[in-house]
Amino acid sequence: MKKDQTKNTEKNENYSLNDDRRVKMLSPGALVAKRFFRNRLAVTGLIILAFMFSFSYIGGIISPYEEDQKFYRVEAQLKDYAGAIRNTEFRYTTADASVFSSAAQAKAFLAISGGESSYVYRDVTYELEELSPELYIIRVGGEIVGIASKYIVSSSTSNEDFPFEFTLNSLEAYLDGSGFEAEGKIYEIDEDGVVTESGTEVAYISDYIVRAVAGDVFLTREFKTKLIETIESGSTEFVYTDEKGETYEYKLTFNNANSSWNIKRETDRTVYDNYAFPTKEHWLGLDGNGMDMLTRLMYGGRVSLRIGFIVVFIETFLGVIMGGISGYFGGWVDMLIMRIVDVFYCIPSLPIFVILGAAMSAANLDSEIRMLFLMLIIGFLGWPGVARLVRGQILSLREQEFMTATEATGISVSRRIFRHLVPNVIPQLIVTCTMGLGDTILTEATLSFLGIGVSFPYASWGNIISDVTNLETLTHYLHVWIPAGILLLLTVLAFNIVGDGLRDAFDPKMKR
Amino acid sequence: MRKYIIKRVLLSVLILFFVGFIIYCLMRCLPTSYIEQMARQRSMQPGSKSFEEWMAQLSATYGMDKGLILGYFGWLGNVVRGNFGDSWYFTVPVVEKFHDTVWLSFVMGFISFFFELIIAIPLGIIAATKQYSKTDYTVSIIALAGISLPTFFFASLLKLVFAVKFKWFDLYGLVGRMYDQLTPMGQLLDKANHLVLPIVTLVVCSMGGLMRYTRTNMLEVLNADYIRTARAKGLSERRVIYHHAFRNTLIPIVTIIGGTLPGLFSGALITETLYSLPGIGFTSYTAMRSGDIPFSMFYMVFLAILTLTGNLLADILYAVVDPRVRIS
Repeated sequence: MKKDQTKNTEKNENYSLNDDRRVKMLSPGALVAKRFFRNRLAVTGLIILAFMFSFSYIGGIISPYEEDQKFYRVEAQLKDYAGAIRNTEFRYTTADASVFSSAAQAKAFLAISGGESSYVYRDVTYELEELSPELYIIRVGGEIVGIASKYIVSSSTSNEDFPFEFTLNSLEAYLDGSGFEAEGKIYEIDEDGVVTESGTEVAYISDYIVRAVAGDVFLTREFKTKLIETIESGSTEFVYTDEKGETYEYKLTFNNANSSWNIKRETDRTVYDNYAFPTKEHWLGLDGNGMDMLTRLMYGGRVSLRIGFIVVFIETFLGVIMGGISGYFGGWVDMLIMRIVDVFYCIPSLPIFVILGAAMSAANLDSEIRMLFLMLIIGFLGWPGVARLVRGQILSLREQEFMTATEATGISVSRRIFRHLVPNVIPQLIVTCTMGLGDTILTEATLSFLGIGVSFPYASWGNIISDVTNLETLTHYLHVWIPAGILLLLTVLAFNIVGDGLRDAFDPKMKR
Repeated sequence: MRKYIIKRVLLSVLILFFVGFIIYCLMRCLPTSYIEQMARQRSMQPGSKSFEEWMAQLSATYGMDKGLILGYFGWLGNVVRGNFGDSWYFTVPVVEKFHDTVWLSFVMGFISFFFELIIAIPLGIIAATKQYSKTDYTVSIIALAGISLPTFFFASLLKLVFAVKFKWFDLYGLVGRMYDQLTPMGQLLDKANHLVLPIVTLVVCSMGGLMRYTRTNMLEVLNADYIRTARAKGLSERRVIYHHAFRNTLIPIVTIIGGTLPGLFSGALITETLYSLPGIGFTSYTAMRSGDIPFSMFYMVFLAILTLTGNLLADILYAVVDPRVRIS
């Protein structure tokens, strides 16, 4: 090998000055590449593009999260839990199958406070028997119709009320501190007012009324005792562990209007962790739907790039065919196609996108189909530029000698166009396509920003930034919109720089 | 020359005819349910006509009951007479709404166009005269960045910095809260203040193209034979560039500027929307988003006319400015 090389150099020295072999030969492609890579700016653009592609395609695979995976956070929330009131008024319980109207009850209250032993309401005489200042029995003609009590008998196991007999007997028993019998069962009562039946607690008596806000919540005596202790100690919060072992913090507020206490419980609620700031797990934080920003950006990049490529493909495909035919045949074909191009040039594309986008939104089209339509529309309105370029190039190439040669050798028309003319247009085409990619991505982003392009759940850089229309996002959650904007800017810029570099590299008139 | 102009104008009219047809077809392609739904929504607005009236007006204007071709000619007849119907969204005749909004867009467009010219052309020329220098690279990058900058992103950044952080400008709108209490001079200043950010956005996002165009053209001119001759004559570099080269660069630039002029009326749809400025762009955007068919149709036809006028103007100017162009 080494020998060969030395041989070569020796040979080189022997060549005459105008010998071709003295010059290192490069293919046109290699020349273009060489010129391109000498352009530092263009190489930077290429590196940015390489980064964007790996960011979107490889990044999406590496990322531990899904495109639309939502993250939650637990938020402590104070919720109304119960209400408590110290009972200072008489509460009436009506005996079974008796009539004791609320008006008669009101009268009873007056009679009690007046110290009377009986009163008349609607021709019925009610007799009052005072067992204690807190407990009165009301009779009509010797029959008990009800009781007026400041104590309340509550069940230890449910929210249900007790039969009248049980209530009356337990209250009586509470006053004399002995046991009692009701409905054939024997109950014990202690001085705290706890009623037990052969060791099992069934009810208790107290002068506090505690009710849960939600109807299906049963408050245990233990909880109420704790609550009453807290109220009586003047504190405003307590911690209680219920029988299921769940510990909550409770906060009390006193309501002056009806001298009751409001008990609020701190409950944990799971909410979307929206607009969370960057953390170790989520490098760019979370967006407004609680989705990982970085992952959204990666998938958004895929969507933007894919749309860009497909649209440019459609544009180029239509453009090359129309421009090629137009430029090659000339005459009335050229005339016709160029007028079509003129017509398409004048169609205002942005308004059309907006109208169709609004109609698609109204029709609630599936996101996937929407994206497809979007690409077709942008592509279909974009081909005239390519067609003009191809036609112009072909018009000038057509007159050159190599085309006369193809004609002379009798090559078929389609072969002449697509094998000999089009390849010569390709350098220009590549430049236009590269820049067109940037353009398309920008258009798509603008439409998505306006909410008429790529729609949720798909991410696109444009619809990620569109959150900025929310004033709070604009001012506070910079991590939601700035990264997407920078990625978008860099990608479009890189496509333009590379396109520019390619143009310079292809241009044989280039100075360097 | 006159023959050429007449020919071009006639051609433009023909193109406009077909553009109008495509726009008309597009409108007819919209699902009827969508149109009806939108008309129904719009008819709920206070001061609006009833749904039946809208639909009747729509079929009368667009010949919905007739075939595509006949309907188009019917509509064309209305359009030629300047009858575009009443806007569903704004509940006033389309043309009236257009008169109310277009001037703001024009003023905005004009001012930003002026700044664009005085920034882009000198920079482009300087970049070309110092090709491959640091200045050239800087200008090229600025130009490319301007082209690549998403308008909505740049506008958001401007808002963040100048409206939120520094509080120099308002975020939205054309007039401030105290507008009615201001003196006429104060009102003018208030409006001017509200136009600063939109104009900056417009200038930055659109000057890149002109900058590159100027640079490319100047480079082409600088490579021309007559420049070499001028240098060979021993003229000073200043004179070569600003006398011989600059004047020749102006030919394509003047052409392109002429072509851009009608576009000043078209309004900046995105920028106006971002800043909620009641220009023609934002107005049409609102109308189009809410399915206001009469206004949307009008706006599209209007834009098509502007584009055609621009092209026509550019072609004619090209022939007028450059004596080398001989029209056959």
